[in-house]
Amino acid sequence: MKHLLTTEGLSAAEATAVLDTADTLKQTLLGREVRKLPTLRGRTVLTMFYENSTRTRVSFEIAGKWMSADVVNVSASGSSVGKGESLRDTVLTLRAAGADCVIARHPASGAAHRLAEWLGSAGTSVVNAGDGTHEHPTQALLDAATLRERLGSLDGRRIGIVGDVLHSRVARSNVHLLATLGAEVVLIAPPTLLPYGATNWPVRVSYTLDAELPTLDAVMMLRVQAERMHGGFFPSAREYSINYGLSEARAALLPEHAVVLHPGPMLRGMEIASAVADSAQAAITEQVRNGVHVRMAVLYHLLAGEEGAA
Amino acid sequence: MASRSRGAADAAGERELLTAADVARTVARMAHQVIEKTSLDAPDAAQVVLLGIPTRGASLAVRLRDRITEFSGVRPPCGTLDVTLYRDDLRRRPTRPLEETSVPDGGIDDRLVVLVDDVLFSGRTIRAALDALRDHGRPRAVQLAVLVDRGHRELPIRADYVGKNVPTARAEDVVVRLDEVDGSDGVLVRGGKA
Amino acid sequence: MTALLIKGVRPYGEGEPTNIRVTDGVISAIEPATGADEPVPADLPVFDAAGLVALPGFVDLHTHLREPGREDTETIETGSRAAALGGYTAVFAMANTDPVTDNAVIAEHVWRRGAEIGLVDVHPVGAVTVGLAGAKLAELGTMAASAADVRVFSDDGHCVHDPLIMRRALEYSVALDAVIAQHAEEPRLTVGAQAHEGERAARLGLAGWPASAEETIVARDCLLAGHAGARLHICHVSCAGTVEVLRWAKQRGVRVSAEVTPHHLLLTDERLGSYDPVNKVNPPLRTAADVQAMRAALADGVIDCVATDHAPHAVQDKDCEWASAKPGMLGLQTALSIVVETMRGTGALDWRGIARVLSERPAEIAGLAGQGRPIEVGEPANLALVDPDARWTVRGEELASLAGNTPYEGMELMARVVGTVLRGQVTAGRERIAV
Repeated sequence: MKHLLTTEGLSAAEATAVLDTADTLKQTLLGREVRKLPTLRGRTVLTMFYENSTRTRVSFEIAGKWMSADVVNVSASGSSVGKGESLRDTVLTLRAAGADCVIARHPASGAAHRLAEWLGSAGTSVVNAGDGTHEHPTQALLDAATLRERLGSLDGRRIGIVGDVLHSRVARSNVHLLATLGAEVVLIAPPTLLPYGATNWPVRVSYTLDAELPTLDAVMMLRVQAERMHGGFFPSAREYSINYGLSEARAALLPEHAVVLHPGPMLRGMEIASAVADSAQAAITEQVRNGVHVRMAVLYHLLAGEEGAA
Repeated sequence: MASRSRGAADAAGERELLTAADVARTVARMAHQVIEKTSLDAPDAAQVVLLGIPTRGASLAVRLRDRITEFSGVRPPCGTLDVTLYRDDLRRRPTRPLEETSVPDGGIDDRLVVLVDDVLFSGRTIRAALDALRDHGRPRAVQLAVLVDRGHRELPIRADYVGKNVPTARAEDVVVRLDEVDGSDGVLVRGGKA
Repeated sequence: MTALLIKGVRPYGEGEPTNIRVTDGVISAIEPATGADEPVPADLPVFDAAGLVALPGFVDLHTHLREPGREDTETIETGSRAAALGGYTAVFAMANTDPVTDNAVIAEHVWRRGAEIGLVDVHPVGAVTVGLAGAKLAELGTMAASAADVRVFSDDGHCVHDPLIMRRALEYSVALDAVIAQHAEEPRLTVGAQAHEGERAARLGLAGWPASAEETIVARDCLLAGHAGARLHICHVSCAGTVEVLRWAKQRGVRVSAEVTPHHLLLTDERLGSYDPVNKVNPPLRTAADVQAMRAALADGVIDCVATDHAPHAVQDKDCEWASAKPGMLGLQTALSIVVETMRGTGALDWRGIARVLSERPAEIAGLAGQGRPIEVGEPANLALVDPDARWTVRGEELASLAGNTPYEGMELMARVVGTVLRGQVTAGRERIAV
């Protein structure tokens, strides 16, 4: 792997290799006092976040540091980014400063692809930490890691993705990865929050959460962003919650073994009832924990091999 | 498979160093040496832990443990130690998959750890293993057992137990086959005779 | 007195090679090019056109020349050169300059600069509304009465979305014998839109630009134009559904015409996977089915003509992330090749048909008396001379435009304009002239 831009196009073998590495890393670090591996000593990893996301940035930062990479956070407000410098000029400057890997979050879909094009020839790897409404591949990988842990395998499992699929990069990355790993994906949302053309994805589409819950092995609740609530995509937060929120009564429809996921940050009470989020079925804190191991695994696969190797 | 006379080179430039029977005998001899050198059947001896370096070192460690148990009646704990994350030559080869590390219950603190590997060459794997061990605890001492020592050391590292010393050319490959991994036992030297 | 002899050319690619004589900007004779050449006066410039096809000079209803305002990306001079090299003898310069061409002063400036340069007739398009803001009619009458003689009005880049403003503009234009050219895009349906709304955009996470945003405006405006008895022109048609609306309106007798761009005849949203903004254009590249519908409609006349929507942009406005990039593509020098490839190469149009869509119909729509005329004795000598067998590879840096944002970079195209004649003056291909 040279870059990690999308889960679309990631083969089952590649994805499984990353997940296996993450598992091994998790076992390796289990119960250790010193959680530091020398693997990426001397490599420089930059995080560039053009959107605020403390949890993702910190997760990457810890992952890099546990692998002994030098992690430098470029904050979009404190640098020349805030002075109107173009994305291209910013990354070319950072490349010249010697970054081996750039981890980027950007509000424009496809920004990571552009970075990879500008940086690829210099041998700098790019990790997409979320580009607009396109993809967020490490989130999907950590979701898959969590589901593998809870369910054993994803093959033949039925996973529901609920909520604002239209604007969700988490949903897009999960649709591709879960399908690649053999799961059956059901998108559950009001029609206004489903992308036009989603019917051609490797998924089934449903408008009714209650009808789907009894046969799901896992349900992934998506975040509903405040600006969508006022964008006329649905009449009111109340009506959304009534139809698509994971209330306690609704969670009771799930099979006992089913797993509840949420990429965070959660809107308790609206997308998911507090009691459900804190229940044994919820794997939300495991998702966060696995995030570090999955991101370590991604850095390992991008940076620990021969330069230019496939 | 037709049997070959030892030491003879075949058409493909392969030379057989150890037959399956040789491997079994060698492991048995090494087991005796470990028992003797560590006095592991003595009442006040340090507790021995065998750690095999994947892939074939892990299988060898299990065999060694079984022979030791057979000969001494003591069954030392046995685990695996993957050193990939500690290697200093990662960037010289394509990305390697990680192997399992499993340190036996009780850990390695104050134990006598015997690292087990198939081939000792530059010594870099063992250096990485020593670094990895440090992250798992503080053994009383560390020893090294290898099936084949082929020379060409690049670091001041030596083995405590050597199944067979084999002078090789640097360009040659020493191939260890073990039934658990490869379906049969044997050691070959292949190719590259400059 | 000017004179020119174009030797060995086949008008409309038909019949035997002929010699076209031009005197004082007018075609004075068309004679068979016999083996035994009659003596040529020593001082008569001769354009060696052996193997070439002569078409009436092309007319582009939709060009962005960027002057005034963005002379770093194109000027009237560089744009005129690109137009001449593309076979054009008249271009319509869109009004979204800075300042906007919403008054007679700017319109006359554009017109005069074009005339001074003299490579192509530059006709300014006047804005429909002040500042393209869609709120208040610009002084259409004053612009029409100016030296620039403006007869085409458009807010291109913006849709005249308020139905009442559009109604008034259409009604008002009737007295001026002008045409209102609409950029059909319902803005409420395209907030933040980045790509054709379909499976591709959904995968790429690009906000969708639905076909219905174009179709609804076209339907509405056809009804308004019919009601007002006005002339409506639809810019850059891109959706199959729009074709159906146009067909219906034309059958009802609405005075509506329509153009399609070369890129909407060839390119699809399949190209978007790289997120390279060179493929970003408005309206967006659509599906293969839309492309097929564009070709069929152009062949059967529901879409009247081809217009380039030539839109130069600076490197920094294209070599950036998709959402920040400006929409638009170069088109003047590649239009003929794309039309030949997509229409003649597929058998949908012959050379007569290409003359119709690149020259005759756009001249009629804009009311240009001296353009789009037949290649006959007594007609103005506005000609595009095409090498039908040429194969050439597009290189943005080799094009005459200051900008290099061609989506055809590196592509090998068929057929090429090698000479252009504007009222007897050779505006492109002078190197072929022997005296």
